[in-house]
Amino acid sequence: MTGLIGKRVPKLDAPKKTTGETRYLQDIELPGMLHGKILRSDRVHARIVRIDTDEAKALPGVHAVITAKDTPGVPLGHGKDNTPLKGDKVRCIRDEIAAVAAESEEIAEEALRLIRVEYEDLPAIFSPADALKEGAPVIHGKHPDNIPFRFDYAHGDVDAGKEESDIVIEDTFTLHFVTHCCMGVSGVIADFDSSGNLTLHSLTQIPFLFKKDISPVIGVPPGKIRVIQPVIGGGFGSKLDIYPFEPICVFLARAAKRPVRIVFTREEEFVASPTRQPVELTLASGVKKDGTLTFRDVRTLHDNGGYTSWGATTPFVIMQTISSLYRVPHCRYHTTVVYTNNPYSGSFRGYGNLQATFAVESHMDRLAEAVGMDPLAFRLHNAQEPGETTLQGMNFDTCGLRECLETASAKSGFLEKRRAYRSKQAGPVRRGIGIASLLHVGGGAKIYRTDGCGTILKLDDFGHATVMTGSTDIGQGSETVIAQFVAEELGIPISAINVVNNDSEITPWDVGVHASRTTFIAGNSALRAAKKAKDKLLAAAAKKADLSADGLDLRDGHVVDAATGKPIVELGKLIRSLHFTQRSDIVMTTEYYEPPSVMQDREFKGNVSASYAFGTQVVELEVDTETGIVRILKVTAAHDVGRVINQLGIEGQVEGGVVMGIGYATTEHLVVEEGVVKNPSFRDYKLVTAPETPEIDSTFIETIDPEGPAGAKGIGEAPAICISAAIVNAIHNATGVRFTELPLTPERVLRRLKEERE
Amino acid sequence: MSLKHEISFRLNGKPATLSVAAHNSTLELLREKLRLTGTKHGCGEGECGACTILVDGISVNACLMFAVDCDGREVTTIEGLRAEKGLSELQKAFVEEGAVQCGFCTPGMIAQATHLRNTCPGMNREEIRRGIEGNLCRCTGYKKIVDAISSSLEKRDS
Ligand code: FES
Ligand code: FES
Repeated sequence: MTGLIGKRVPKLDAPKKTTGETRYLQDIELPGMLHGKILRSDRVHARIVRIDTDEAKALPGVHAVITAKDTPGVPLGHGKDNTPLKGDKVRCIRDEIAAVAAESEEIAEEALRLIRVEYEDLPAIFSPADALKEGAPVIHGKHPDNIPFRFDYAHGDVDAGKEESDIVIEDTFTLHFVTHCCMGVSGVIADFDSSGNLTLHSLTQIPFLFKKDISPVIGVPPGKIRVIQPVIGGGFGSKLDIYPFEPICVFLARAAKRPVRIVFTREEEFVASPTRQPVELTLASGVKKDGTLTFRDVRTLHDNGGYTSWGATTPFVIMQTISSLYRVPHCRYHTTVVYTNNPYSGSFRGYGNLQATFAVESHMDRLAEAVGMDPLAFRLHNAQEPGETTLQGMNFDTCGLRECLETASAKSGFLEKRRAYRSKQAGPVRRGIGIASLLHVGGGAKIYRTDGCGTILKLDDFGHATVMTGSTDIGQGSETVIAQFVAEELGIPISAINVVNNDSEITPWDVGVHASRTTFIAGNSALRAAKKAKDKLLAAAAKKADLSADGLDLRDGHVVDAATGKPIVELGKLIRSLHFTQRSDIVMTTEYYEPPSVMQDREFKGNVSASYAFGTQVVELEVDTETGIVRILKVTAAHDVGRVINQLGIEGQVEGGVVMGIGYATTEHLVVEEGVVKNPSFRDYKLVTAPETPEIDSTFIETIDPEGPAGAKGIGEAPAICISAAIVNAIHNATGVRFTELPLTPERVLRRLKEERE
Repeated sequence: MSLKHEISFRLNGKPATLSVAAHNSTLELLREKLRLTGTKHGCGEGECGACTILVDGISVNACLMFAVDCDGREVTTIEGLRAEKGLSELQKAFVEEGAVQCGFCTPGMIAQATHLRNTCPGMNREEIRRGIEGNLCRCTGYKKIVDAISSSLEKRDS
């Protein structure tokens, strides 16, 4: 044991990142590489009459110009309703019309300007409600009603729930477009060799599914595709699907017979990378006088935009929170997903749960008030205990929800402050405090038949380990956590471990980095591979020394006597002795860890994750009632994380998630008017900056998950989920005014406060 | 194509003479011509700070500065901010305090923090936060970046 678990372990990749040595996609230049650029539609819904590329083709330095007619047109993306290049019509502003590969970005841009496109505008739809109107324009011929998906879920009997209720409330919550804003923009390099093997330098979060999914689109067998992931400058879910620029880059490389790199401009990143799913959510909830929840009844309308990516499937996660955040005896949930001519959504950290929790936790405060309970007591009254299975079928083997609620309240002085802030405050600046909790998957999510991850572990002649893991690090620090597990198990320093996690030719299969699953799934996989290696080493040492393996352990790079710690043989020496011999052997193990979760049944029921994460956040803030400015002063977070593996890393996840959640709630808004993104720059799309960040106090509740690696649960998404609800609850505490729409910009806040006063 | 201009300046302590096009930014000069890729391109419009470098010791967004304006200046990029041996105290603090996640903002943050350390060595956390206002980070929530800069203030590079 090296005692690494729970410590503040600096990330293994951090030193290189501080010196500028780390190579991101933008920094990689292959010999002969050309620069690809995409011509995008400037119409939102139009028939393409003609595309003329002659002048572009004639420009010196241009090596390839392609349009839809040069490509097979095989559909791609989660909904298979999109093609890499559009030949017949465009359905949203980002649509790809043509692409160019040239010797420099400037020449490629110049060539784009020479392409002439003639359109014939079609009537367009910009709001989901309009998409459902009789006689609305049809966006995809396959769906004349503009409805690609519907989701229905139910448990219990909502009508009976309504009967039982003493109080029923209903609100409609409106959630806006935001986008990931990874500091490293989207991009890809496609590189064919003369035998037709394709190497993709890709930022994908799903390297193995990516190979399978892109293969038919580009007409290259998956076995001939190698995915190498350079260091990724932020993911947050944005790279979970295939997007048109990726096959386009392959088509350009094929046409130009040279490697081609596409890197987005920042403006392009705002316009043409995915967004968070905008949702209109109507929630009715009921409660008995004694404070027991009776039912939740939800209808949501999702703006799918022009095509279907993962955003369309956020109802999977939304319904989990509706059905199972606190005990809900009766529940009904319906979503209609509709096409519009707006941008389309992908997955984004929290995956629908920010939207769902905003509504549910706003209502929890309203219901508490209606029955005259304080918000903490009301939540505790309805919170689940460990061992409960929710009516949607989620097994809460461990459940720290109560402890999260109690800890965050106690540490923030929630109840006292809430009481104090409620009484009349003098002056224009009012203080408020608010609370909200969350439920999210913490042990993967079985959305495919497998939710597993493979590991290959190799020990070299000097007692150093190479861990080849299918999982992907997008900056969150999974590489370091995996190394910690292996170091701990093998009794070697973390510096003796090298993690390989970015080359599909070397690493074994994994679903991808999503659903807060990497520490849990890839961690378990690595830990088990290390256990196998340990068993092998101890057995070999026992045989050589004529001892029982049970009495041996691995510590400080040696096989030792477990009881006394006395070194028996140095690890490298033992390994060398295994193969410098007639009956030779090496120490290399493999593991494919499959969590004991199940796919949901047709009714969306079942234990979809091997573990569940809980958390409570309390927000203290100030509202300037004269300017509408909301200043977040302090966030007190308590998260059930199973067990802390890397204290430094997990604090970083909470702090980053909290600030991202604050951005969602207060500053960020991708403004889409008539299908056009109006603020595609950091000047106009406001990320939270350092001076606006609050004090953050995080506590970790260790419920030691029996299935988690060393007891850990996943935590990547959880910290961003409940803060917007805590913020509106705090604003209500400060001003008596309740908001059901985000973001809480000064303009919106001031307008509402004025309306209330009048 | 526009006119080329000959410029002479000091880059990371060494003299450099080369010709640049009038429309080139310093960021293009560094990343594309000199292949010093440590300085990042995050927006190209002066809004993210990923391209921060030091010019005569003062932090500048390289994407907003014409390359010709490097003439006669002392330019320091992230490649020139390492210590004699290994990492500088500031870089070590970024590693130890957990200030690095995806790392894309990190070179710019380090350049900005170097400028802050040199110009206001006694700053408090509030001042540090204001000092890095122009540097966006999507991953960390900034707290650990402030921790790192703050803890590095007591330490001097030998
Ligand atoms: S790239 Fe220069 S400020 Fe963003
Ligand atoms: S560490 Fe990713 S942007 Fe700062």
